[in-house]
Amino acid sequence: MAGLTGKDAVLTAYAEKLANLDAPKGRSLSQDAMRRLFANKAALVSLFVMVGIIIIAFVGPFFVPWGVGQVDWTAFRSPPDLEKAHYFGTDQNGRDLLARTLQGTQMSLVVALVATLVSVVIGVIYGAVAGYFGGKVDAVMMRFVDVMYALPYILFVIILVVIFGRSPILLFIGIGAIEWLTMARIVRGQTISLKEREFVEAARASGAKPFTIIMRHIVPNLAGPVVIYATLTIPEIIITESFLSYLGLGVQEPLTSLGTLISDGSSVAEVMPWLLVFPAVVLVTMLLCLSYLGDGLRDALDPKDR
Amino acid sequence: MINYALRRVLSALPIMLIAITVCFVILRLAPGGPFDGERPLPPTVLQNVMAHYNLDKPLWEQYWIYLSGVLRGDLGPSMTSYDFSVSQLLAIGMPFTLMLGMTAFVFATAAGMLAGAVAAVYQNKWPDYLLVLAVMIGLIIPNFLMAALLQLAFGVHLKWLPAGGWPGFSIPHLILPVLVLSWPHAARISRLMRGSMIETLGTNYVRTARAKGLGSRLVLARHALKPALIPVVSYLGPGLSYLLTGSLVVENVFGLPGIGRYFVNAALNRDYGLVLGTTIFYVVLILILNLIVDLVYAWLDPKVRYR
Amino acid sequence: MTNVLDVRDLNVSFALHDSEVHAVRNLDFSLHAGETLAVVGESGSGKSQSFLAIMGLLARNGRATGSAKMGEVELVGMAPEKLDKYRGKDIAMIFQDPMTSLNPSLRVRTQLSEVLVKHQGYDEKKALKESIEMLERVGIPAPERRAAAYPHELSGGMRQRVMIAMALLCRPKILIADEPTTALDVTVQAQMLDLFKELTTDFGTALVMITHNLGVVAGLADRMMVMYGGRAVETGAVDELFYDPRHPYTLGLLSSTPNPESRAQRLNPISGLPPSLEHLPPGCSFNPRCAFRFERCFEERPPLAPYGAGERRKACFYEGELLPEERSA
Repeated sequence: MAGLTGKDAVLTAYAEKLANLDAPKGRSLSQDAMRRLFANKAALVSLFVMVGIIIIAFVGPFFVPWGVGQVDWTAFRSPPDLEKAHYFGTDQNGRDLLARTLQGTQMSLVVALVATLVSVVIGVIYGAVAGYFGGKVDAVMMRFVDVMYALPYILFVIILVVIFGRSPILLFIGIGAIEWLTMARIVRGQTISLKEREFVEAARASGAKPFTIIMRHIVPNLAGPVVIYATLTIPEIIITESFLSYLGLGVQEPLTSLGTLISDGSSVAEVMPWLLVFPAVVLVTMLLCLSYLGDGLRDALDPKDR
Repeated sequence: MINYALRRVLSALPIMLIAITVCFVILRLAPGGPFDGERPLPPTVLQNVMAHYNLDKPLWEQYWIYLSGVLRGDLGPSMTSYDFSVSQLLAIGMPFTLMLGMTAFVFATAAGMLAGAVAAVYQNKWPDYLLVLAVMIGLIIPNFLMAALLQLAFGVHLKWLPAGGWPGFSIPHLILPVLVLSWPHAARISRLMRGSMIETLGTNYVRTARAKGLGSRLVLARHALKPALIPVVSYLGPGLSYLLTGSLVVENVFGLPGIGRYFVNAALNRDYGLVLGTTIFYVVLILILNLIVDLVYAWLDPKVRYR
Repeated sequence: MTNVLDVRDLNVSFALHDSEVHAVRNLDFSLHAGETLAVVGESGSGKSQSFLAIMGLLARNGRATGSAKMGEVELVGMAPEKLDKYRGKDIAMIFQDPMTSLNPSLRVRTQLSEVLVKHQGYDEKKALKESIEMLERVGIPAPERRAAAYPHELSGGMRQRVMIAMALLCRPKILIADEPTTALDVTVQAQMLDLFKELTTDFGTALVMITHNLGVVAGLADRMMVMYGGRAVETGAVDELFYDPRHPYTLGLLSSTPNPESRAQRLNPISGLPPSLEHLPPGCSFNPRCAFRFERCFEERPPLAPYGAGERRKACFYEGELLPEERSA
């Protein structure tokens, strides 16, 4: 299923690289990989900014004098105002934009994390099962993945909106549930190469059940691919969320998200530009950082270099 | 070549069937329906309405009714626009969506290929750096934000172009939507094109062509371009899906009369019939376009035809 | 004897990240009209790069200085647009790997006839007719059918024949063949060498055969130039060099080549590794591997000086005979 950001092409290339390697060893988040990641300045800065945004989004609200829904009757449509502590200004209803942006960022991060987690879990299990059992099971399972790939992602998202529209978290669990295709392909390839290795043979010889082998011996070796997958999927979900919210299909009032804020802001941006600018800057910064971070991780974990 | 085309067509049919089935099942099994709104309908009315839309029959029977309808081109009734069938609504919106999508697709593909090829030839010189920047902007800024920013800049402040609406066919009204729609697409294509062009320019056969003294224009146009296009063309299929996604946003932001608007409205109003119909329409459209892309691919890379 | 190519003080270097590698240094040689010159050396000896430089085909980071004159035309430093008037017409090149040297997405006939359209101004029809004749000439059966094929439908030997046909379409004065038989089966190699001999004789084309295989040289070439570490170390007539080599490296090459006439003889591979171009030893580049070295070889570099009568030259200070008695006889 073609997503919103073209991450599948990147991931498929990575998965092919992995599959063409004889020895799948040492592709975990080794110290070596971390050192290479930290040597990449753009990725390092992005990592710090991203961690900063996450901390501020979750801790910040405790230090902002205004609540999310709290109305300041003395400041409607106020541009950024340091004296009244409306650092980002207020909207048409006198609500503090900083408080709402923080809450929106939280929402974007939470749904992205939830959806990514769901897709990783499904993808790992699906891929590991297909790869481990092989043969007909594998053929049928992967054929299904191929068919799903041919279908447009956003249509399924919208079908999910129709079904779960009233609960954003459920909605994003649903989105996670259709995001896992690429993960499944990567994991399957990895599993096929791992299951021939000695330690898996040994476990099988000692009578371990397939499920135990998959969970204990195969899944822990997937750290590298999972991390790369996650850094590429999180921004995709953030964009999906803001996209849906922008269309009025995602997060609903009184909750807010970056997409909702941008949507509200852009309709009045001519007279109250701050309502568009601040949420937009936060969103673009996050996407930029995640993009550099994803590139950096991909280079750091690149199996070709070892 | 004809043999290859036939095989491709045949393999697309089951995918269509599966897609229709998956959509149908998900929607019908989902909790909640179009009629459990704020005020519940009286039971007798609800029963009549359910009967009207065949919702009271067993699932497999509903599926059969729907599928046979689809084969006849009848996508069933819309559940919110009572006067129109889904097929009629799609017929109204389709010309515009196709026109917008195709314009953007052709523009983005041409611009992306050209920019990528130029950047490859001027590797690490200023046209290359300019492209990197344009690609970054296209990939990072989500299309709805880009739409809002361009509307503000060109529509509201500079007043060079209309900020939206559709008074009948008008090129100025088309410029911003096409730009928003094609930018990310062109960005991805140009990046692919740049990489594959650089690779192709380093191949032995391009060296042979240069050794033949053909001149740089002929070397590029005849010897490097076609092989360099192969990875780009294989991206065009998925690229169409991105474009489609974008057209949902663009039609809504700029107030354009295409299918995307119906689709979003249908989703907002939980109009199962319209969502399902639109999905099927898009799936079929994408599969057909993918088929065309595959055939172009076979033309570019003669080896594919014999596989 | 007229020279079709005069190379003087040719240098080729490649700019790397933070350094420069000299692939060819101070190369001097001439190519006579119609002769066959073999250029012999290990990989990295600069034999291919010298000729790519003359053809203006160096990689992006490569740079050539010095002079390579084809008649009155100076090829080194010529703008690519002007060079294109001569490349493919008066001076043509064939590459090592026929699998990758033909464009996989174009039919054979397109790749042939475009040369004639460009250089001779023929129309498509005439160019195609001539191309098919040339295919027949290089021994391709059913040339009309093969012309319509794509390269991947042809065998390796067939592809190399196509490459030869392509290079000879304009009857060039100079044909440079860079290891043209290395990628082919042994049986096909011999046929290919015969073809080279026949066609260059017929067309009066001077042939430069770049190779590491002395077996190729023996049957084909009139003169040879041995290269080592980016420099020519010995040049002269093939017979002279074969029976009385005067550079230890030439001797090494000869004794590491299987000789069908003396089957029993053991092969003596040259000891040591080819030099790293970035760190050439002081003095003679060959000194770490040389059995005849003495002090002078570490102190100064031997120039490529005339030796004996005729055109023979060598770059070695050692003056004695290199070959043991029984072999030179």
